[in-house]
Amino acid sequence: MPVDRTIRGRVAVAGVGETPYYKHGQSPDAQFKLTLMAILAAAEDAGLDPREIDGFATYANDANDAGRLATALGCRELRYANMVFGGGGGGGSGAVGNAAAAIHAGLADCVVVYRGLAQGQGVRFGQAGGYPTQIAGEPATWIPYGVMSPAQMFAMRTTRLMHEHGIERSALRAIALASYHHAQQNPRAVMRGRPLDEAGYDASRWIVEPFKLFDCCLENDGAAALILVPAERAKDLRKPPCYVLGAAQGAEYRSSAGTHNNPDYATASFKTVAPRLYAMAGVGPSDVDVVQSYENFTGGVVMSLIEHGFCTYEEANEFLTLENLIAPTGRLPLNTSGGNLAECYMHGLELNIEAVRQIRGESPNPVPGANVALVSSGPMVTPATNVIVGSEATL
Amino acid sequence: MSEGSTVLPTGIPGPVPSPDGLDAPYWEATRRHELVAQRCRACGGWQWYAEWICHRCHSFDLGFEPVPGPAILFSWERAHHPVHPALRDAGPYVVVLVEFPEADGIRMLGNLAGDPMQAVEIGARVEPVFEDHDEGAIPFTLVQWRRG
Ligand SMILES: [Zn+2]
Repeated sequence: MPVDRTIRGRVAVAGVGETPYYKHGQSPDAQFKLTLMAILAAAEDAGLDPREIDGFATYANDANDAGRLATALGCRELRYANMVFGGGGGGGSGAVGNAAAAIHAGLADCVVVYRGLAQGQGVRFGQAGGYPTQIAGEPATWIPYGVMSPAQMFAMRTTRLMHEHGIERSALRAIALASYHHAQQNPRAVMRGRPLDEAGYDASRWIVEPFKLFDCCLENDGAAALILVPAERAKDLRKPPCYVLGAAQGAEYRSSAGTHNNPDYATASFKTVAPRLYAMAGVGPSDVDVVQSYENFTGGVVMSLIEHGFCTYEEANEFLTLENLIAPTGRLPLNTSGGNLAECYMHGLELNIEAVRQIRGESPNPVPGANVALVSSGPMVTPATNVIVGSEATL
Repeated sequence: MSEGSTVLPTGIPGPVPSPDGLDAPYWEATRRHELVAQRCRACGGWQWYAEWICHRCHSFDLGFEPVPGPAILFSWERAHHPVHPALRDAGPYVVVLVEFPEADGIRMLGNLAGDPMQAVEIGARVEPVFEDHDEGAIPFTLVQWRRG
């Protein structure tokens, strides 16, 4: 990759922050207020004046308007406002990548990536919203058949994954158990104090086969934010810079063909995206010390990990065990804050924050000497996005 | 399917043709108990779900034709947790994804008729069952599936 067409090492995450995380509908604060609180927390973490923020990057049709945020915070000037396409959580790492690209290209100097979500105050993801009597367009080919929730939209892909590649339930279960294991050490996690073992997982009810209750993400209220600045600026700030080594987004050929007609069906949509990420970051799967992989559903994590080269389809059942997936001793510590399953469903942005905390040594489940952290966002949606961040030692 | 019997209870959203007319011939055909999909008049390729352009040759001259050949069960799921009030007491139901190998592998989705706890076999041959819904203000027909 030509040196002038990479963001590797040019931009750093300087601050991260979040509100307390709540069960859905239980936030005492309005969604927009939560978003402001998270941005202020990230600015405080970075040690910079929030009025310095001149760019806003988000995803998933976030309802907290960039102009309103800049106005409310008294930002001196707005220079960049950006949204990643797609309604799912696929855009979290993409928003980090867009922020880094904007800074490197000189469009902005201090960009906040944010997500504010109070599902109790808007549409709940896990319920069919609005109950119309009629439905038109592509959704008319599935909603009338009782396919309405995200779990029902993605279970079918997981069935096919398990069928084509012989993936066993134990692999899905290990992903859920790892998240719950990590959440027990995380004061921010809504599932702290609610440990989960194999028996608890196995006894849990079906949501939609092949997903059990614990294969599914939570629904939560809260907000999260990361602040990015040029690498040289980050060195003067409060915390050690966490450098963006690479970012990518996209999907394979005809990934969005309607009614489940994407030719390569049982995919997380990282097969073309992951190689571009590694190429920019100048690292490979074996260099990655810790992984945060968006869990809408455990089946999508299996796909994501394989498509990022952490194991093959053939190795997956043997590799995906609780022992291998937990910090500090596992071969591939995964979702070390508890993630969408057990920390908080902050639409995956909590995963990007956790990657930064791992590089800083601030994780509730630190991976000793972690220098390279990978985040993959939104398996099975288009665009899927990812980012690799690293410590000073990786430059 | 016997008179008045439907796989899912009534009261969940029913399909209407898209306002821009893109998929209207499909839904009109289901009323005649015909299963059609989009086919390019220029290159003969099949395409589903519908689009205004053929992704192979970029022709805008697309028609709808009866889908040829066998329908093969490609994937499935069994929904237990209801997310719509009308499904609250409906119990589990099976959704299947069906592939048409002789129509460029296009896929369609519907419910599997019969015992909701039946064993479901990927690769099995299935047949369409046209399920008329004439109860509401806008009648429609769903395409369900049963073992062939
Ligand atoms: Zn054509």
